[in-house]
Amino acid sequence: MARVLLFGRLADAAGWRERIIEAASLSALRAALGDLVEGPGIQAAVDKAIVRGDMALTAASEVAFLPPMSGG
Amino acid sequence: MSVFLQTEPFDPGALLTAFSVGRSETGAVVSFTGLARAEAGATTTLELDAYPGFTDAEIGRIAQAAAERFGLDDLLIVHRTGPIAPGEAIVFVATAAAHRRAAFEACDHLMDYLKSRAPFWKKERGPAGERWIEPTAADLADASRWDTKETS
Repeated sequence: MARVLLFGRLADAAGWRERIIEAASLSALRAALGDLVEGPGIQAAVDKAIVRGDMALTAASEVAFLPPMSGG
Repeated sequence: MSVFLQTEPFDPGALLTAFSVGRSETGAVVSFTGLARAEAGATTTLELDAYPGFTDAEIGRIAQAAAERFGLDDLLIVHRTGPIAPGEAIVFVATAAAHRRAAFEACDHLMDYLKSRAPFWKKERGPAGERWIEPTAADLADASRWDTKETS
């Protein structure tokens, strides 16, 4: 289980910014979210650190999906 | 060294005055203020999405590296998030160094980073609707100037 955050165009595409989702790992969470979080340049951060591979999630995990950053 | 993200408008002049006081060894303070443009009426609001705790930490990491690279005495970055109206200040950067060259270059470098690679997601709203903005080729070229260049 994890608290999932979406930013930028991902939040617009999903229609939500924050949601609790049942998933034991980052890969399971990606599978549950499907196309929404797939695409060039989309990164995942677990507890505010970018994660490139898979990792286990707990109820306390915060997972953010970050589309390509635009700068300010 | 300080990095602030805030939704409230800020006064660049007041920030510069406060940043400059009480420095006896700093010979140069350089500041930059970025304003939101109306783009001849095409943009009525700019909206900057940020990830609190991540965006400020990433900017802080780059700011720390810049402080070391350019030998700064101090620096300040204030960045707006949320909705921003044309004419309002979006970003303020001030750098303090013993001599002007380091202060100018560090400010230039930090702005190139903030405009192209900082973790923000930018949306423009106008009469024609809204759209997410990616960094321009010019922004990316400006930022890449610093990748290989070393200061002496």
